[in-house]
Amino acid sequence: MKEIVVISGKGGTGKTSLTASFAYLGGEDVIVADCDVDAADMHLLLEPDFEEKEDFYSGELAYIKQDQCIRCGKCAKVCRYDAILTIHNVFTVDSLSCEGCGYCARICPTNAIINRKPIAGTWYISNIKTGSIMVHAKLGIGADNSGKLVAKVKAEAKEIAEDEFKDYVIVDGSPGIGCPVVSSLSGASFVVIVTEPSVSGLHDLKRVYELIQKFKIKAGCLINKSDINPKLTEEIETFLRIENIEHIANLPYDEDFTKAMTNGQTIVEYSNGHLKEMIDKSWNKIKQLVTNN
Amino acid sequence: MKIAFTTQGTTWNSAMDPRFGRTEFLLMYDEEKDELTHYDNRDTAKDAHGAGPKTAQKLFELNPEVLITGNGPGGNAAAVLEKTGIKIIVGATDMTAQEAYDKYKKGEL
Amino acid sequence: MKIAIASGKGGTGKTTLSSNLASYLAEHREVVLTDMDVEEPNSGLFIQADLKHEEDKFKMVPQWVEDKCTLCGICQKVCNFHAVIQLGTMIMVLPELCHGCYACSELCPESALPMIPKKMGKLIEFRSDNLHFIESRLDIGEEQAVPLIRQTRNYIDKTFPDEVIKIYDAPPGTSCPVIEVTKDADFVILITEPTPFGFHDLKLAVETMRKLDKSFGVVINRDGIGNNDVMDYSEAEKIPLLAKIPNDRIIAEFYSKGQLIYKEVPAFRHELDGIIAYIKTLKDLKQ
Repeated sequence: MKEIVVISGKGGTGKTSLTASFAYLGGEDVIVADCDVDAADMHLLLEPDFEEKEDFYSGELAYIKQDQCIRCGKCAKVCRYDAILTIHNVFTVDSLSCEGCGYCARICPTNAIINRKPIAGTWYISNIKTGSIMVHAKLGIGADNSGKLVAKVKAEAKEIAEDEFKDYVIVDGSPGIGCPVVSSLSGASFVVIVTEPSVSGLHDLKRVYELIQKFKIKAGCLINKSDINPKLTEEIETFLRIENIEHIANLPYDEDFTKAMTNGQTIVEYSNGHLKEMIDKSWNKIKQLVTNN
Repeated sequence: MKIAFTTQGTTWNSAMDPRFGRTEFLLMYDEEKDELTHYDNRDTAKDAHGAGPKTAQKLFELNPEVLITGNGPGGNAAAVLEKTGIKIIVGATDMTAQEAYDKYKKGEL
Repeated sequence: MKIAIASGKGGTGKTTLSSNLASYLAEHREVVLTDMDVEEPNSGLFIQADLKHEEDKFKMVPQWVEDKCTLCGICQKVCNFHAVIQLGTMIMVLPELCHGCYACSELCPESALPMIPKKMGKLIEFRSDNLHFIESRLDIGEEQAVPLIRQTRNYIDKTFPDEVIKIYDAPPGTSCPVIEVTKDADFVILITEPTPFGFHDLKLAVETMRKLDKSFGVVINRDGIGNNDVMDYSEAEKIPLLAKIPNDRIIAEFYSKGQLIYKEVPAFRHELDGIIAYIKTLKDLKQ
């Protein structure tokens, strides 16, 4: 079983649309993991049935038991996040400011403060229209995407893939370069980077590649909207050559991306023409690269 | 020599876990005693952040000379491992612990 | 007056709107544009201005004093973030994971872990006539955006008088950094695309703004693609629709080159006028 992770430093490059298309082309052979939990949009294209669900707890949050609180104010004094609120001499915790360090609970003289694990979101196992299964999650407001949630979603997807003898797990990776994306990449067989020829696209591609290198994972790159700025596309291609990143394909700026999405479809379902053919070819190339790896 | 493996199980036939920080087990092989032991690391699934350094700290206590794993450890874990002096061998993915050990011995990793 | 520009998902045109709106406003008055996406700041790619000021930003982290330490292990036990690790006879601090809670430092019986400042990033200030541009950038490997955002907000409050318009370009999403940016904003502009992805993520952003009790409005970018869901929703929820930026390939091309769009595309400038007119009514309401 091979794990393919699709990432892009910045948003709006078409990463999710392409990942969903690959999942569609792979059909029953591909288990899908949506680890872009900040903007989990894959479910809009793959028609999940939310068959199984489970709440997800993460981090810690201080909670003050009012019947044990003697209003000494020590907690407020040690808190560096101004998360202890005092209203009419009643001490409570501002859950959006508390970072869960647990300091207040440790120094409370009457043990009135406990750390609770708050619900950070919910994760689901769904049957999807490709005939396969998707693992996905929904975060609560102000909840941080974390390495833990990403690891959880991926681990579930992998277990299903192994139990059912599937060939691939395809992961819609987290954005940025922080802990969640580290967790997305960890354990991957191959990384597909989706980028676009804009000044910010190139900038973010370089940042995210720095991270991939640390993990020593083979990478390939798709340049989307490549005809928007041919000069920058060339610059990206040069970067790929120098860094020995597989150049999978250049895709054109095409409003079928949006039209397919509006229909709740993947691009390969919606478009019959040239674009579908190119995505088809890209998927075959990725499979080949993963196998030869 | 003591060698550590990141694995998904507790025997020689267990598949390697390509992850370091969130590996399920640390499998330990003591060559002199010909003894195979393991540490259950599945507890890290509870940690939102910092799984890497926590596993590195555990590994230090287990005191192997060599660690064989899949992908390279992330930044924070790598910083801790550097201080421990444990030699890190990466690239052991898609194989069992036994296969990883044999490859290591032949100098193929 | 402080205006934050935010969006549920990335790539909907936050940076395009904030850099153009700020530059356009600056033709007639003083404006501060701040890129609060401290992990991936890139508004600067669209702004040409002269460097005026630069300062390193620090956070407080513990430093191990070996001579005083008795290796009791309390520090690593009290750290919920695994930022303090004991390796045999050594205590190791991982500054990138440290949240600066002071627990290890203040609970150490030997005072062997004093807090010291550690650089986490940099604030840079540029100026071009009326436009002040501020960018804060986290150092690579630093994971916590919130402290740097907080310090950047403080810097702006201290440096610029109230009457100067301040525009914050927020990071994407609905997590802690976004909340930190929008916390003290007088008004939040949520920019989205009229597509299912854009709509889905807009609803999350609206939920967040309501939880924070913020006054906010919606701008639709790439109007003409997708469907009417975003418009119908805004109407039903009584959220003011401030502007509809037309879908035009030419805008994508100017953006890709890092050029300001309002100077080239009159229809785009017209939409900015609409946003500005709305902001002005807000100001009147306040006074």
